[in-house]
Amino acid sequence: MGLRDRIGRLKEGLTRTREGLMGKIARLVIPGGAIDEALLARVEEILIAGDVGADVSAAIVAAIRERAQKERASDAGVLPTLVRDEIRRQFVPGDEGGESDPFHLPPGRPFVILVVGINGVGKTTTVGKLSAAYVQAGKKVMVAAADTFRAAANEQLEIWARRAGAEIVRQGPGADPAAVAYDAVSAAQARGTDVVIIDTAGRLHTKVNLMEELKKISRVVQKSLPGAPHEVFLVIDASTGQNAMQQARQFGAAVGVTGLILTKVDGTAKGGIVLSISREMNIPVRFIGVGEGIDDLQPFDGKAFVEALIAS
Amino acid sequence: MFDELSRKLEGALKRLRGQGKISEANIGETLREVRRVLLDADVNYKVAKKFIDDVQAKALGQDVLTSITPGQLIVKLIHDELVALLGTSAAPVTFGATPPSVILVAGLQGSGKTTLSAKLALYFKKRGHHPLLVAADTYRPAAVEQLRTLAGQIDVPLYEEAGENAVALARGGVIHARQNARDLVIVDTAGRLHVDEEMMKEVEAIKKAISPNEILFVVDAMTGQDAVNTARAFHERLNFDGAVLTKMDGDARGGAALSLRATVGKPIKFLSAGEKLDALEVFHPDRLASRILGMGDIVTLVEKAQEQLDGEKAVKLEAKLRKSQFTLEDFLDQLQEVRKMGPLSQVMGMIPGMNRLPAGATVDEGALTRIEAIIRSMTFEERRKPQLLNGSRRKRIAVGSGTTVQDVNRLMKQYEQMQKMVRTLGKGGGMRNAMRGMKFPAGN
Ligand SMILES: Nc1nc2c(ncn2[C@@H]2O[C@H](COP(=O)(O)OP(=O)(O)OP(=O)(O)O)[C@@H](O)[C@H]2O)c(=O)[nH]1
Ligand SMILES: Nc1nc2c(ncn2[C@@H]2O[C@H](COP(=O)(O)OP(=O)(O)OP(=O)(O)O)[C@@H](O)[C@H]2O)c(=O)[nH]1
Ligand SMILES: [Mg+2]
Ligand SMILES: [Mg+2]
Repeated sequence: MGLRDRIGRLKEGLTRTREGLMGKIARLVIPGGAIDEALLARVEEILIAGDVGADVSAAIVAAIRERAQKERASDAGVLPTLVRDEIRRQFVPGDEGGESDPFHLPPGRPFVILVVGINGVGKTTTVGKLSAAYVQAGKKVMVAAADTFRAAANEQLEIWARRAGAEIVRQGPGADPAAVAYDAVSAAQARGTDVVIIDTAGRLHTKVNLMEELKKISRVVQKSLPGAPHEVFLVIDASTGQNAMQQARQFGAAVGVTGLILTKVDGTAKGGIVLSISREMNIPVRFIGVGEGIDDLQPFDGKAFVEALIAS
Repeated sequence: MFDELSRKLEGALKRLRGQGKISEANIGETLREVRRVLLDADVNYKVAKKFIDDVQAKALGQDVLTSITPGQLIVKLIHDELVALLGTSAAPVTFGATPPSVILVAGLQGSGKTTLSAKLALYFKKRGHHPLLVAADTYRPAAVEQLRTLAGQIDVPLYEEAGENAVALARGGVIHARQNARDLVIVDTAGRLHVDEEMMKEVEAIKKAISPNEILFVVDAMTGQDAVNTARAFHERLNFDGAVLTKMDGDARGGAALSLRATVGKPIKFLSAGEKLDALEVFHPDRLASRILGMGDIVTLVEKAQEQLDGEKAVKLEAKLRKSQFTLEDFLDQLQEVRKMGPLSQVMGMIPGMNRLPAGATVDEGALTRIEAIIRSMTFEERRKPQLLNGSRRKRIAVGSGTTVQDVNRLMKQYEQMQKMVRTLGKGGGMRNAMRGMKFPAGN
């Protein structure tokens, strides 16, 4: 798939979100009409409907109200601008533009990426897509099948590795996932591999033992290569509601999440919860998944995301 | 499971408890709080609004001069309204008059369909059926291997056919079942987005080809506001018979269940609560409402225990409970039965009041082993008359069980607490009060 198609698909995914949010707000606004409480309540509802969350939605609306008063903005026509500004303010750092190469690697090899998240969010698929992107960028990629629990997890990742043109390190079902990760990083060091991407088993953030297992994977990787893992990506399904906040907190506390990947953006769910996560944890959204194909991964562009979200 | 929702609701209600009068002002505050609870729980905002409006209308119309307190009144109203929203009774899976009966499993990507298919197969196998699993996901990498592995784990045959399309596969599966005397066919399908026209047409075609007795829509318990859209879209295409809420072993508040009920009116039939294949529970709307209100799901616990307890013992125990007798021997029996029910941490969650185990707390199974050893080292008389246990007897028991006198003393304290609880239960004081202050052996 060419770059143009990719962007087309991204836009398509985002357009739905946009229509959900700003389209509705724009339709509410009567030019020359007043910014009244009913209108603000509707804005809040729309944000909530996008899974932004009651807290953050209320905060955004409070900020809009305050600014409207301070700036003596009484015309509802300025509302979309205020909403845009305030949402942008929630979204923190990371990617303010898509200028820098999202697949850029710092010097030193191998670059180790640990992919974590709850069950079924799209980790393995994302590992496949990421591998393909790095291979396309001319890198030597190895994936580690550190999900030794789920039925046919190895076979699934193997298919993705083959599609992407990446090497795979795996062991039998039930093997110690930390050992698989260790093997992969060691092998990568020996073979001069550029990128190691570790796929882990889905685990609920509430399961103490499984979170301990994840910590162990991270520890062992670090032992094998100081400074690794260089990135810890938490994968979040766009259809997830407020529980994603809890997921981010727990995975963050366990292994120090460095970036978010929002998957299944090709559906109708808005994924607004990443606003709250990004804001609270001060971590960027790095990529979005827009389909089940190997090319259906987009670098996350914060500016474009917010623009698309609020453009009327 | 629904503990967070329960906790928040309790917080909101606490403010009402102890207030003498019901007024529009204090109802208003509570209901705003309840709305927040529902939104945080991912109940769709429109559904939440209707819920609040209904409760308010009913609360304000109530005669204040009744014997119950305003707090109790609101609790009752909220509970009743939740029950009304969740449905009133559990609807079983429908079997056809002529075998094989067919269950079609559908839903979004990663929601838990394949796992559920295997769980259903095991569930019905345990109940005397002869299921056949059909791997009709022709898209996801290794989807067939996944179901084959799961089928192998539960020793249920799998129908697969490389290179066939999903519709032909499903049809072939039903024919295969008929020819091989399987009375239940469970068809696992690929995950699909409700906006993917081609894929939605495919699942419609599968339905047409096999005329399922039961179509189950699988929903992740963590689903947010969009649950209403996906449920509506799948329902328009498939007119599904019921939904299954998955990943209920997490801490998602599960408001999607309410949204779904309110949107398509179809019952939620099962709860999927774990990656292990026996982690499947029948859904009871009324119990769930109680659970949401922090009353716990005592009935589920009892039911699960029932499966394990042999009937006679259960009857005896019930009689004893009524008479408020509870000997150490019963304690030992109970311990063993409870341990059969699964990991204690899971069992605990089903006991009202126990969902407040501190986060990260785990139950120390080793402590249970010690308790068993201690009771086994007692004479039968001692087990029935614990008041006999003086210092020297306790020392003997400690030596005999390889524990310390402190361990024995601790156990006796726990037993006393348990006895108190049983007494309260016998008097109908409710499990909740009874459990307060009770300590289970808990590790870090
Ligand atoms: N529509 C859509 N589907 C996706 C996307 N990413 C993944 N999926 C699908 O979601 C399902 C689950 O994906 P997996 O990659 O197996 O998820 P996982 O997190 O590895 O799952 P576990 O290892 O079982 O926890 C599969 O059917 C994928 O094809 C996406 O961006 N869009
Ligand atoms: N914790 C927990 N995990 C579950 C539950 N049900 C399924 N899973 C896990 O969720 C992930 C996805 O489950 P699958 O059964 O593969 O989901 P699916 O809907 O068949 O996925 P696709 O076929 O890719 O659409 C796996 O890791 C399962 O082990 C559950 O009730 N609790
Ligand atoms: Mg996986
Ligand atoms: Mg599946």
